[in-house]
Amino acid sequence: MELEADAAEARARRDRRADRAFRTLLWLAGLLVLLALGSTAVSLAWGGREAFATFGPGFLVSSEWDPVGRRFGALVPIYGTLVTSLLAMLFAVPVSFGIALFLTEIAPGWLRGPVAAAIELLAAIPSIIYGMWGLFVFVPFMADHVEPWLIERLGPLPVLGVLFRGVPLGIGMLTGGVILGIMVIPFVSSVMHEVFSVVPATLKESAYALGCTTWEVARDIVLPYTRTAVSGGIFLGMGRALGETMAVTFVLGNTHNLSASLLDPGNSIAAAIANEFAEADSGLYLSSLIALGLVLFAVTFLVLAAAKLLLLRLEGAAGR
Amino acid sequence: MKALARGGALHLRRRLANATAMALATVATVFGLLWLVWILWVTLRNGFEALGPRLFLESTPPPGAEGGLANALYGSLLLVSLALALGAPVGVAAGAFLAEIGHNGRLAAVIRFVNDILLSAPSIVIGLFVYELMVRPMGRFSAVAGAVSLALILLPVVVRTTDEMLRLVPVAVRESALSLGLPQWKVTLQILFRAARAGIATGVLLAVARISGETAPLLFTALNNQYWSTNLLAPMANVPVVIFQFAMSPYDGWQRLAWAGALVVTLFVLVVSVLARSLLRGRAAP
Repeated sequence: MELEADAAEARARRDRRADRAFRTLLWLAGLLVLLALGSTAVSLAWGGREAFATFGPGFLVSSEWDPVGRRFGALVPIYGTLVTSLLAMLFAVPVSFGIALFLTEIAPGWLRGPVAAAIELLAAIPSIIYGMWGLFVFVPFMADHVEPWLIERLGPLPVLGVLFRGVPLGIGMLTGGVILGIMVIPFVSSVMHEVFSVVPATLKESAYALGCTTWEVARDIVLPYTRTAVSGGIFLGMGRALGETMAVTFVLGNTHNLSASLLDPGNSIAAAIANEFAEADSGLYLSSLIALGLVLFAVTFLVLAAAKLLLLRLEGAAGR
Repeated sequence: MKALARGGALHLRRRLANATAMALATVATVFGLLWLVWILWVTLRNGFEALGPRLFLESTPPPGAEGGLANALYGSLLLVSLALALGAPVGVAAGAFLAEIGHNGRLAAVIRFVNDILLSAPSIVIGLFVYELMVRPMGRFSAVAGAVSLALILLPVVVRTTDEMLRLVPVAVRESALSLGLPQWKVTLQILFRAARAGIATGVLLAVARISGETAPLLFTALNNQYWSTNLLAPMANVPVVIFQFAMSPYDGWQRLAWAGALVVTLFVLVVSVLARSLLRGRAAP
């Protein structure tokens, strides 16, 4: 009797010990996730310290980029990153909204699954493939068919025209922005699609019962109800577009010139790092590129954090 | 009578607005699918033209010569496997922490938040981090550094799906197992993991699809190698970086090989993604 009780107690002790070890192990794995993000920030700041020490805050606002004279400023890549990402969102948001509307309100049931899966495949295609396609197919297409038209029709306009002047090279901010837009469509549309389908059916049905059309329900019921989450999805797409590298590296042209025209070659943070990392021949050059990486990291962190907070708000409202 | 006519006009206008909006939404969807078809078609056409047995048998050639991508394919396979071996166990463990220990506590909330940011963080930044972490201290580019950077990209995908899939397992399963006196590690490893197996496998496959085409972080870590190399502490050829280098080059032969590589990577990624999704659909709603 006593022996049996002893054995049971020994086993319970063993189980408790094993459980403690197991829980510690899982806890460590969880902490590693935090550590990964934290140490990324720290190591980029450390790698970029030479650039920050040399140029100070002027690094962020100087448009000079002179590897021979060893003077570096981040303005051109920062400007290019922001402009291409904004163009991408201008392109992707309306299209994604249309796709989400189509998937939730228009498409017959049998079509929804396949179309949603096909749109998601856009996200599966590696960005280097977008880059190659962009360089060999889309750049010539833009140069031959789209940009001459833009220069001719929009170039002479008083204020807006500044954006559409220059030579139709195909390479430039506009092409980069459109390719980024295509790449983020699946991310934005899948968030929109997901949140559109959690709108309570009673809300929509009440509106239909009052005689609303599908479009009026979408505009006056679905969109206001999902507003925060939709902006979360847009920020998420923005975060993706800001940091996308390979696709824009091929088509931006990698020149450190500040130009108002969207048709001129430019640069972006990610493209500058990818293109010039191998050429960085001085510690200061390398440090400047890593400092650029830190700027990119900080901007995407803020945008993605905003996206996450906006998306969490809807989850809270839905009581999940 | 007049009011009715006005009502008719309003009705017509609303119907028209509705029809326009619906037509535009349909056009947007077709427009989105058009890019997919265009990109895939270009990749398939150019890739198949360059496909041949040499692709898998010979190493990357110098400019102007004939050759294949054998060393790059081998390198990519090795880098992805190594990244999987490093990242997947940690990811599954962290996911299990969130679902089984952290629950809805503050630490778990912070980890989920950070994980979601890592999920969308620019891969080029991860590459720079591993450069600072491993390449600079070791004094050279290496395959191991490449695998670590890929593992860091794979990690958040696995964490998230494991967490989500484990939380889908009904609480009653945990409670009945625990009430039988099973320790938590046994409940988690032998019961919950088994129940969520298909979902976790889906997450791992999607993560593999994501890292197999990843280029930017490898530029600063594994770099590239013209020759066949099995040394994990030396630079190693891999398909994405070879595509990047060859596509940007002015040589026809290199550009053809880049297309062939693009085809192989795209097909691999698409097959793995479709496989991952069908795995989940076959065992719907655990």
